[in-house]
Amino acid sequence: MSIKLHKFHGGLHTEDHKKGSLISGLQQATLPAQLILPLKQHIGDSNKPLVSVGDRVLRGQLIADSSSAISAPVHASSSGIVSEIGARPVPHPSGQSDLCIVIDVDGKDESIKQKTSPIENLSGAELIDKIQRAGIVGLGGAVFPTAAKLARGNDLGIKTLIINGAECEPYITCDDTLMQNYAAEVVSGIAYLQCILKPENTLIGIEDNKPAAIKSIQLAIEKSPLSQTEVVSIPTIYPSGGEKQLIKILTGKEVPASKLAFDIGLFCQNVGTCVAITRALEHDQALISRIVTLSGNGIQNPGNWEVWLGTPVSHLIELAGGYKINQAKSQHLVMGGPMMGFSLSSDAVPIVKASNNILVMQQQTIPLTPGYHDECVRCAKCVEVCPAQLLPQQLYWQARAKNHERSEEYHLFDCIECGCCAAVCPSQIPLVQYYRAEKSEIRTARQAHFKSDRARLRFEFREQRLLLKKQQDEERRRLKREALQKKNPKIPDRKVEVDPVQAALERVKARKQTQAAEPRNTTNLTPEQQQQIEEADARRRAAREQPK
Amino acid sequence: MIVAILTISLMAGLFGLILGYAAIRFKVEGNPIVDQIDALLPQTQCGQCTYPGCRPYAEAIANGEAPINQCPPGGQATIVALAGLLDVEVLEPNQEHGEHHDIPLVAIIDEATCIGCTLCIQACPVDAILGSAKHMHTVIADECTGCELCLPPCPVDCIDMVPIKQSIDDWKWPLPTLSEEIVHEH
Repeated sequence: MSIKLHKFHGGLHTEDHKKGSLISGLQQATLPAQLILPLKQHIGDSNKPLVSVGDRVLRGQLIADSSSAISAPVHASSSGIVSEIGARPVPHPSGQSDLCIVIDVDGKDESIKQKTSPIENLSGAELIDKIQRAGIVGLGGAVFPTAAKLARGNDLGIKTLIINGAECEPYITCDDTLMQNYAAEVVSGIAYLQCILKPENTLIGIEDNKPAAIKSIQLAIEKSPLSQTEVVSIPTIYPSGGEKQLIKILTGKEVPASKLAFDIGLFCQNVGTCVAITRALEHDQALISRIVTLSGNGIQNPGNWEVWLGTPVSHLIELAGGYKINQAKSQHLVMGGPMMGFSLSSDAVPIVKASNNILVMQQQTIPLTPGYHDECVRCAKCVEVCPAQLLPQQLYWQARAKNHERSEEYHLFDCIECGCCAAVCPSQIPLVQYYRAEKSEIRTARQAHFKSDRARLRFEFREQRLLLKKQQDEERRRLKREALQKKNPKIPDRKVEVDPVQAALERVKARKQTQAAEPRNTTNLTPEQQQQIEEADARRRAAREQPK
Repeated sequence: MIVAILTISLMAGLFGLILGYAAIRFKVEGNPIVDQIDALLPQTQCGQCTYPGCRPYAEAIANGEAPINQCPPGGQATIVALAGLLDVEVLEPNQEHGEHHDIPLVAIIDEATCIGCTLCIQACPVDAILGSAKHMHTVIADECTGCELCLPPCPVDCIDMVPIKQSIDDWKWPLPTLSEEIVHEH
């Protein structure tokens, strides 16, 4: 059985630079002196540490977890003493620090007691729970918690399971190495996924530049009882490993804008995640290691290593024989590939769940001068290569103008940040950086808007509550007054009673009026008083008429 | 002649009826422009604009009683948005009303000093302070709009405004720095 392949729009044929790191096969990395485990190595909500400084932890021990559904716990990669819980530089495009648990490794590599429970009789939900507790995230690069994705896919119903072994980005060979070395585990991981999702068929997409991987997976499938599962060799074109692009190649379907694969009955999972699922379910082993490619022209011996999570990049570089030019600022470190990766601030950062590749480039071989690019000449080469069929130059103008509304109209959020547009741009515009900046601006604006809507609701609710309280108080007083009046009718009803202030004012007013009419002490006089007044008047007159 | 007059009158009457019906059927409740303005304001309910809340200020703007630059929490971004909505000129923020903070502030109560007087709870426009009489109060940081209205009533001065803690998830990709001079030299 062979399926008809489709083509997605655009894409690039890039120099793959993969041979160098494939020569030496898979090597086991040694334990570093210190493991640095960031609390958050996934997309979703943050974890809280479950250990404190001074605790002894064992390999596979849960050290950080969250109660949120969209999160993945962190486990100790080896045994040792927790020496610090604090901010350490982490692999992040910002180059900032984040909360990490630092373990001083004791070298004994003692594991916690595993009680391996049989999994034959477990239901899909129980399997998902086990996957959640193992801290498994999508190892293809998105690091979305696998259990949450599986639960959602299970709810929606899956028709086709797609296993992503395309690994289209230059320099990266970790999935290739994984498929060659752990084919059996990949296949049994697929079997567990089939057991959970019950798809009608399964397609494993692998680029045709990895014949050894294709062969070993095919052999493993033949040995396994899997049915309706097919390895598909797909043409090598970047970015065939993008989820939406791989779906298009294998099924001809297009994931609608702002929807996800499982909305159209498809479920994508990376081959590395399949291995992690097998280990979690069969051996109760948490996700504590992964295969990392070390590549680029700045490293002595490129290759693939099985690395404990938390291992500092510098330790890995030592294992690879060190830098070619050992001077400060003579190399540029990138986590991920040259198309989608981001620069690392230093080699002190640890390997995390998302680290598929560490690219070491000699600084002088990097052509781009940061901080400068030519203007867009409207050649539309970016439009030709965009695998998401967007209009990159329109997006560029809108992003530069920070016109969020228009950016969204041009479907900015369907951009997969593959970097094809920037790679072909004759003006060397760092287009993807514009899009990333615009995306984070829009996300921040959305958050602010969400917060202000909430504040408005709370404000209006408070106003209403206060008004209601006032009305209720008045009603209560009125009822009380009425009850009192019924009991004792002598108590005057305050409602008919005249306002005391008004009454006082009126009294004053009336008094003033009578006073103004005539002085009160000259009316109703007795004859003696009248006589006294007349005498006094005569005295005044006499005094006035007296000559001076 | 008669026919023409009759036709015109008949048409006028007919259209009058349609318009009259439409005026009742499609009547817009309230002033929609106020809602639109209100949606652009940051809803801190701080009153720095001299109006008692964001909605009264929105009403004042809609009635042409207030300029659009009296909202310090909204800053320049809100002024630009309002100017766009109302098709008026973009103004400089009016500094008399207060200062704009790039990182929003949040109130924090020094719990050791708080005497539990509930005055700040009564002052908070969004019910973001929790506590009861003679018991310690605390601010629900996620709901605090940073309006500073709780500061003046506090008799023991135990409330501070601090910038919201920024985590690595709040980090924003910067736009590529495009140096105009270099571009022109080229």
